[in-house]
Amino acid sequence: MKSRIPVVLLACGSFNPITNMHLRLFEVARDHLHQTGLYQVIGGIISPVNDNYRKKDLVAAHHRVAMARLALQTSDWVRVDPWESEQVQWMETVKVLSTEPLNCENDTCGHLPQRLTQKRKPIFRGISDMDRPITGPELKLLCGADVLKTFQTPNLWKDAHVQEIVEKFGIVCVSRTGHNPKEYISGSPILHRYRHNIHLAREPVQNELSSTYVRQALSQGHSVKYLLPDAVIAYIKDHNLYTRDSS
Amino acid sequence: MKSRIPVVLLACGSFNPITNMHLRLFEVARDHLHQTGLYQVIGGIISPVNDNYRKKDLVAAHHRVAMARLALQTSDWVRVDPWESEQVQWMETVKVLRHHHSELLRSLPQTEGPDHGRVGSTARTAGPELKLLCGADVLKTFQTPNLWKDAHVQEIVEKFGIVCVSRTGHNPKEYISGSPILHRYRHNIHLAREPVQNELSSTYVRQALSQGHSVKYLLPDAVIAYIKDHNLYTRDSS
Repeated sequence: MKSRIPVVLLACGSFNPITNMHLRLFEVARDHLHQTGLYQVIGGIISPVNDNYRKKDLVAAHHRVAMARLALQTSDWVRVDPWESEQVQWMETVKVLSTEPLNCENDTCGHLPQRLTQKRKPIFRGISDMDRPITGPELKLLCGADVLKTFQTPNLWKDAHVQEIVEKFGIVCVSRTGHNPKEYISGSPILHRYRHNIHLAREPVQNELSSTYVRQALSQGHSVKYLLPDAVIAYIKDHNLYTRDSS
Repeated sequence: MKSRIPVVLLACGSFNPITNMHLRLFEVARDHLHQTGLYQVIGGIISPVNDNYRKKDLVAAHHRVAMARLALQTSDWVRVDPWESEQVQWMETVKVLRHHHSELLRSLPQTEGPDHGRVGSTARTAGPELKLLCGADVLKTFQTPNLWKDAHVQEIVEKFGIVCVSRTGHNPKEYISGSPILHRYRHNIHLAREPVQNELSSTYVRQALSQGHSVKYLLPDAVIAYIKDHNLYTRDSS
């Protein structure tokens, strides 16, 4: 019986704040890959974007990392990685993908900064160098269909990066209301060529929950309970984030 | 300054199982009523339907009550009431409303006797109102022939009132204008919009569970754990 390919899912984004919708992406993607019979999802990583991305209303990275950490307390397979947010400047998604330790071909990732340190704990329980399967784990970019669409936006992504993402890593794209990911793929030569490496997972529960909505609701004093974990809501209150006065 | 009318929201339904969508109904409804400036929501009640309602795939009431209780552990204003589910037979919604309204009135502090320095009882606000909380899909069912008694619909909208939270694919204003009774008492039907369109349903959750798919973040972890521990909604269970 052929072994399944181990996979780690990496989600990049603002997570401003993290919501149940972000958390669902991982669950839906994992179920989808398992159903193909080809993959075994062994871990998930949330990588909040660097403050220097300068997105409007982006709260400080340490808050966004802390909120994600709280949200993931009850998850036994997804964790937050603050590395991207701690770098001096913003970096392209493909750099985040290619510097995740699991995908390094050797201990140092070429000329890229070494990420593994002595102090760093093993990333995934049960996987050590001795047990490492013959097929190393594949790192795949997890995103919503709205992100897939942005690949078409002129000058937003470098073609070479898009190619590296779909060729070397692969994408798991979870559908979202109002988006047709198949169209985005057929509309892009690069995506089309590597469509076998783009997995389209359908979230049957169409859900328009977005961080933008949550920030708006909070600034208007509306309840966001059950849209994101209670621990995150408490953190937001304690630190006075997303109020009418905060930017 | 005119005092706000105290309101308790009552949601009837299968809650088979309870989901984050049900829990959101209360939050959205409360925010909506508060924004009118007229009401103060002082409580919420989830009333799971009686087993004798005989809906397909309905798990035993004690489970549905237990799951709702777990789901509401972190709520400081909504509670589950098993009264309806514990009755010998199924009962119409209006009867459940009547029961909880009289319970609500009975639980109020008595105002007989001297004032003890408080604001005079004559200045006390209007008595608490009990309103039916539902999704727009339920409002639509008022039109279904022979499903609701006209007299009951009238009592619900006239004596109690409805807070209806919108749902994808439903147009509650149409349902109201399409029914003479609802139209007459439209001032007592509050339409709250849930800006986050969400198609999460108990039916979907049951389906996902029977297929071994994850339902994490769709309902509270404590409810998921209960479902696992009691082997509910598996492929084999009915």
